[in-house]
Amino acid sequence: MKSLDELKDLREKAQKDIQNRDTSDKVEIIVGMGTCGIAAGARNVLQEIMKELNKRDLDVLVSQTGCIGMCEKEPLVDVKLPGHDRVTYGEVEPDDVSKIITGHVVNGNVVDDLVVARLEE
Amino acid sequence: MRELSLHILDILQNSIAAEADLIKLSIIEDQAADQLAIKIVDNGTGMDQETQKEVLDPFVTSRTTREVGLGLPLFKRAAEQCAGSFKLKSEPGQGTELKAVFQHSHIDRAPLGNIIGTIITFLVSNPEIELVYNHQVNDQKFQFDTREIKDKIGDVKINHPDIISWIEDYLTEGLEELKK
Repeated sequence: MKSLDELKDLREKAQKDIQNRDTSDKVEIIVGMGTCGIAAGARNVLQEIMKELNKRDLDVLVSQTGCIGMCEKEPLVDVKLPGHDRVTYGEVEPDDVSKIITGHVVNGNVVDDLVVARLEE
Repeated sequence: MRELSLHILDILQNSIAAEADLIKLSIIEDQAADQLAIKIVDNGTGMDQETQKEVLDPFVTSRTTREVGLGLPLFKRAAEQCAGSFKLKSEPGQGTELKAVFQHSHIDRAPLGNIIGTIITFLVSNPEIELVYNHQVNDQKFQFDTREIKDKIGDVKINHPDIISWIEDYLTEGLEELKK
């Protein structure tokens, strides 16, 4: 059985980790978590995002939002690169996540075929 | 919703919108009584009688009150169509308490599903909100409290990837133990 004391070791490791990171301008990923988003599969998408970020060791701020009125396009995922437009991807499947992370988050190339909206900076 | 844990994730969003900083989630499975009960208690802003009626009526809710929508009516119906019950108790300034009871063996009862996924999803984007999760299966109990985690990790955020994956393993182990 796991013990809470194991967290102490993780804490030391994580603290070193944090010091090594430049925390200024972070990429932000926002997942729609309204009733519509959840019913359309937003939870699996968010978990896939976490898995992908972990795998690539990316320091990205993941947050959530409620229903924004595009329920038929859920699950919606927004990517906001510092200094760039906020891009909304629609009908995102867990399989699309690695495309969005490698294409957009890592290389700065918007994945055009999944885009449903853009919000100018 | 295909899983009860998706309803739970949805209801948790209401508590977030109500500015709760402590949410208590209890899942009690009692096979002798053939019941599955889900209770969610928050210390958010709460609702007056009028609002409580509105949030349970899918046709009254207006689009301007974004924190309310179809979530509660869907959850209520899910319980009631499984020979269960649904209770909402709230007062302005006193938080909100809701309890949904399902007949455990009912053919229409959705499975509880990926409750760990629901908790992880919640923690990732709400590191500041405390969550107490109680799960009871017959006489076996499991409890998880984010305040105990935070005590151990100090200034490291609970949604740090290493902490999140530790919590995921911890919950998986705890729930396996419960089902034995």
